Amino acid sequence: MDIQETPLPGVGLRHEFTTAAGRQLGVVTHLTGRRDLLLFDPEDPDACQDVIELSDEDSDALAELLGAGRIAERLGRLRQQVEGLAIDWLPIPPGSPFATGTIGDTRARTRTGVSIVAVLRGRSAIPAPGPEFRFEPGDTAVVVGTPEGVSALAGILRG
Amino acid sequence: MDDHTAVLLLELGGMLLGLGILGRIAGRFGLSPIPLYLLAGLAFGEGGLLPLSAAQEFAEAGAEIGVVLLLLVLGLEYSAEELAAGLRAGAPAGAVDLVLNFTPGLAAGLLLGWRPLAALVLGGVTWISSSGIVAKLLDDLGRIGNRETPVVLSLLVIEDLAMAVYLPVLTVLLAGESLVGGLLPIAGAVGAVGVVLLLALRFGPAASRLVFSPRDEVLLLKVLGLAFLVAGLAQALQASAAVGAFLAGIALSGPAAHGARALLGPLRDLFAAVFFVFFGLQTDPAQLPPALLPAAALACVTAATKLATGWWAARRAGVGVRGRVRAGTELVARGEFSIVIAGLAAGAATLREPQLRPLATAYVLLLAVLGPVLARLAEPLAGLVRRRAAPARTAP
Repeated sequence: MDIQETPLPGVGLRHEFTTAAGRQLGVVTHLTGRRDLLLFDPEDPDACQDVIELSDEDSDALAELLGAGRIAERLGRLRQQVEGLAIDWLPIPPGSPFATGTIGDTRARTRTGVSIVAVLRGRSAIPAPGPEFRFEPGDTAVVVGTPEGVSALAGILRG
Repeated sequence: MDDHTAVLLLELGGMLLGLGILGRIAGRFGLSPIPLYLLAGLAFGEGGLLPLSAAQEFAEAGAEIGVVLLLLVLGLEYSAEELAAGLRAGAPAGAVDLVLNFTPGLAAGLLLGWRPLAALVLGGVTWISSSGIVAKLLDDLGRIGNRETPVVLSLLVIEDLAMAVYLPVLTVLLAGESLVGGLLPIAGAVGAVGVVLLLALRFGPAASRLVFSPRDEVLLLKVLGLAFLVAGLAQALQASAAVGAFLAGIALSGPAAHGARALLGPLRDLFAAVFFVFFGLQTDPAQLPPALLPAAALACVTAATKLATGWWAARRAGVGVRGRVRAGTELVARGEFSIVIAGLAAGAATLREPQLRPLATAYVLLLAVLGPVLARLAEPLAGLVRRRAAPARTAP
């Protein structure tokens, strides 16, 4: 999907793309937060046949109508493709035996078969941490494995 | 309360109420209210229907504040990246704009027998399109998403940046220096503008964080105070208060700018209206009829040159015929900047050109009305252009 971005100095930003059927659609995001939905004129490719002003609620409603269905569909497809897959966010509380240990210390993969694919610390995320990565109390580990393995790891991390 | 207060309040009340009614009438017909504000000022000032005695002082101070607020809000709407990008993308179009639209004003001034400095001012008056009227037009006519619109917008950006150089030059020259003797102060003023711009780009985000406050009244006072200080400093350095206000607006970004835009809008509207009225107040209506003919001729010529500029810039961006005509017609309107330039010059004692105010007033009156009308006629106009081009193409 080729989405073109054009800055409109003093106004905001315009994004546009061509639909599979050949129509051109666009959105102007104003500095004030207002959004305009653009329907380009098929006969005059430079002009807009219609400009529809959308408030914040309008944009949310439209996005939900257009997008929510797709997200649920994608999640469903993911679960179908890998039967028995569980993804979870496990906290490392201050009382945990691994609160200041490394990932290697937990031996999560060996004991439960679960992989720790990312660690959330405060507002930042550390992707693909290695076995020498050291936790801090309050971290959250993003884990992937079988549902039973993830439960077991949760118990281990809680201490 | 004494007599003076009563007269002041009555005059101010009448003036503001009248301006509000005029603005509503203008809105009804899809016109900019600027011409009506000018006419109101003409009707009530020297030689007009009713001289305003007590309100004059307020109007004078209000006009100064109006210029600062106009340029401050304009600067707030631009970010540093947009300016840099606009400059890079639109520099050739900006040069064409300068040559095609400054020259008629300059030539007209010289032809009318004015001093070179006055002709230089007239050149500036005919050069700059009205950002305010164009922005409103784009919104009203639903053209904000069109492909020729970024071309128009970046031309306006370049004109605004050019003003940041033109106004200091003008201010120095109006302070009584000749062009040669004034080279050092001019270089100094323009250099100061450049330095402040770089400082604004570099330290702007930090300054914006200092200025920001979640409480509206604190943010408003801080932003206004900062803007006035910078504008006053710029004026003292002969770089013109308007440029200082513009730079202050550019320096502010992020939440501070966002909040300030919302808070300053109504203030800007109030004081900008006072600014236009004040300009009209100081213009003698008796001087208007002899200025009408040269103003009309200048308006026609510079409408055509703006059309050509928009056509050229849009064609360079790969826009079709209809888009080029739309871009050209959108640029025709002159308004606030022409009056700012004329007001700056007419206020200087060294200029001594009594025809400047009436000519500038008539010129802006004509184009502030003609511009939006032409922009609305862009589609039929484009049709005409295509029909004339078609037979040539199909000829053997």
